Amino acid sequence: MERSKRFEVRSRRPVNLDTFVAEDPDLGLVAMDSPNDPMPSLTLVRGRIVEMDGCDEADFDTIDRYIATHAIDRGMAEEAMATPSLDLARRLVDITTPRIELIRLLSGCTPAKLCQIMSHLNVVEMMMALQKMRARRTPGNQAHVTNWRENPVLMAADAAEAALRGFDELETTCRVARMAPFNALALLIGSQTGRGGVLTQCAVEEALNLRLGLKGLTTYAETLSVYGTDDSLRDGDDTPWSKGLLASAYASRGIKIRFTSGTGSETLMGYEEGKSMLYLEARCLMLAKGAGAQGVQNGAISCVALTGALPQGVRAILAENLIAAALGLEVASGNDAMSSHSDMRKTAKLMLQFLPGTDFVTSGYSSMPRRDNMFGGGNFDAEDLDDWMAIQRDMRVNAGIFPITEDQAIAVRRHAGKAMQAVFAALGFPAIGDGEIEAAALAYHSDDMPERDLVADIDAAQAFLDGPLTALDVANALDAAGFADVAANVLAMQRVRVVGDYLQPAAVLDAEFVAKSAFSDRNDYLGPGTGYRVEGEAWARLSAIPQQRTAADMVPLTSGNAGVRLVPRGTATEGDDPTEVVLGLGPAFADGLDRTLCGLTHGEALAAIGEGVAAQGLQLRVVRIHDTADCGLIGWQAARLAGSGIGIGLQSKGTTVITRKGLAPLNNLELFSQAPLLSREAYVQIGANAASHALGHPPMPVPVRVDNMSRLRLIVHAMLMHKREIAAVDASAAGENLEVLPHA
Amino acid sequence: MPDRHDAEKDLRRKESLLPPEEITLQGLRDSRVAPEDVTIRRRTLEAQAERAVAEGYPQLARNFRRAAELTAVPGDTLLVLYEKLRPRRSTHGELLALSQEIIARYDAPETGAYIREAAEAYLRKGLLRMD
Repeated sequence: MERSKRFEVRSRRPVNLDTFVAEDPDLGLVAMDSPNDPMPSLTLVRGRIVEMDGCDEADFDTIDRYIATHAIDRGMAEEAMATPSLDLARRLVDITTPRIELIRLLSGCTPAKLCQIMSHLNVVEMMMALQKMRARRTPGNQAHVTNWRENPVLMAADAAEAALRGFDELETTCRVARMAPFNALALLIGSQTGRGGVLTQCAVEEALNLRLGLKGLTTYAETLSVYGTDDSLRDGDDTPWSKGLLASAYASRGIKIRFTSGTGSETLMGYEEGKSMLYLEARCLMLAKGAGAQGVQNGAISCVALTGALPQGVRAILAENLIAAALGLEVASGNDAMSSHSDMRKTAKLMLQFLPGTDFVTSGYSSMPRRDNMFGGGNFDAEDLDDWMAIQRDMRVNAGIFPITEDQAIAVRRHAGKAMQAVFAALGFPAIGDGEIEAAALAYHSDDMPERDLVADIDAAQAFLDGPLTALDVANALDAAGFADVAANVLAMQRVRVVGDYLQPAAVLDAEFVAKSAFSDRNDYLGPGTGYRVEGEAWARLSAIPQQRTAADMVPLTSGNAGVRLVPRGTATEGDDPTEVVLGLGPAFADGLDRTLCGLTHGEALAAIGEGVAAQGLQLRVVRIHDTADCGLIGWQAARLAGSGIGIGLQSKGTTVITRKGLAPLNNLELFSQAPLLSREAYVQIGANAASHALGHPPMPVPVRVDNMSRLRLIVHAMLMHKREIAAVDASAAGENLEVLPHA
Repeated sequence: MPDRHDAEKDLRRKESLLPPEEITLQGLRDSRVAPEDVTIRRRTLEAQAERAVAEGYPQLARNFRRAAELTAVPGDTLLVLYEKLRPRRSTHGELLALSQEIIARYDAPETGAYIREAAEAYLRKGLLRMD
């Protein structure tokens, strides 16, 4: 086979490790608009739904029946179903139609109707709609906190750092189920050390999950998975009614829940009935709504690579987030499981939720390195945090994670480790040594942690679960050991359970433990000037990433060490010596600025040019140009003064030009505009070439390194130096001869 | 002062009367806060249900009302209830009896009706246990 070298190179790019599969509806390989999807329809007889999406009541499966009984608002159904889908799609995007009006109207839609509405929207329109339909006004985010070694000290440290970074919810799970009580405990103590009010959960099977909640160790759960066909739901050993009861059971203990669903799961399980992934997801979402769930995590979740392998799969994933929001549900919008080998593709997909904002932009940002992620590896992890911060700052977007400094991170991690140490000592758990706390404060991943006796930890964790101790004993232990701040926060997390406000849709707690929910922090987006805007303290924090430097810091005032002393020796006049080349210097050269962008001292650059000129047997006269900072004009003036008619212009940042008397100011013989690339050797050759021009000899090529990133790296420095040069301009001062003396 | 473990084993869970604002660190130091004081109460969930209705969330409200009823149900029994509603765990008669029992013992009419509704749906769709 003929091979193009470019195709060959591209074939090795990460994106080509991804799988792309053609649509095949009969295998369930279709993201949206399967030919097997029903057309929307609804027949009501005396307020009873007797037909839905082409299916008679007698033939309803359990999900249809549940949706017809619980999810569809029969009072709205006739109006909603009679409104053309295109009209509804337009109202979703229309900035003058408020969210609440759409929620009311769409509550009368069937699953097929919701899908038909989505089919009319492109991704930009869906993003517009999602920005408006999101339940909570302020966007948020959820982190995953796990580690391979199940080290409780590291887990607490990671939780503390994640909480300090602004995550509203933290989720852990365990490798060894019997460690769950300690993982939940570490997450609670860590989170409340980092920031009071962060909700936590430990994803384990329901019975254990409830017990952890009853002990006061966790405040929410999102383990309630639902699927869009009867067979797949039964495969998950549930019915809509059993899931609904479970939801009420959690609420009866004051525990927030959200359902989990997502495109692709039914296809993966083999029970998709030839329907599109989005249609089945719409059924899941209506089931969740019918059960009275306040929200869902969806967006393909762990099946993202399957949905993403299909044409318009990523569009379908955005559509499922939007349907959930349009049903009034809180949305934790995926972006948690690995979606692509390609950073570019991964980031592009992320933007669909990141830019409009969702209640939780990810269903779990991996706050630790990938190998410690016990959810199967995070799509974005600890190493990507700075990229995330930069993008938020670039676009003035709050995607739920805030920058902190290295010092802050280390301090909060250490504090969490010490709090854990105190609790373990007070409650008689296996001791935590100071070495473990220090290791956790500075760790990259769990291999950096000293070995613990896992068997002893598991035994203690199990005894803790089976015994009478609760979060109140944890708060007591913290208080007694001098961690009153953490103790108060752990206790406040018990108090919020009594109040129950955080059971409201899309609720998170602020640092004062006040619930911000769809009821108390309503998304009131109605176009420009409304809704959530990144302002005030949030913008101050998001914009001030630690990497940001001040101009004064980047280009310091002169250190007084320019590597040369330049002594004025009177006004420069036109020379008549044909062996004389004139070097014109910028106004701030070795007088306010010290180094070129390449890092040479001004003395070194000057000496190199002098060396090159001398090598050709000519003289160099050095003149300071006071009345311009422009490189071309500096050179032009130097040429006018030179007896040979050849002048060199040298700006303080190192940009250089060689020109001849009589050329127009912006014309030149040779221009070296990439100052960051001009090394000592380059300046020697520039000097030699200037002399060659004077002698009428052909110039030699100047050795310039090729570095495509130099402009990117140094453009701010260049701008700041140029600004300094301009500030040093004295428009009324004539050029001045300089004597070059070694640095004192 | 019974701890929560015991409270969970009670046939009917007792409800604390301690106001939430008294759940403070000082209260904990003075031993005025016990585990049963930090569990949500029936009336609180009913109030959340009313709020949900007012905000246009009728399904959420129904869930909260069922939850309000379930506050009286001990933890172990809650898990038994869930288990009995899973596919093919119960006969039609068992579900109907369960519905009656829940209504009578825990003053839980909405949860009872929900279980009865499940019994009918399971009957039609083969989700009942076959003896």
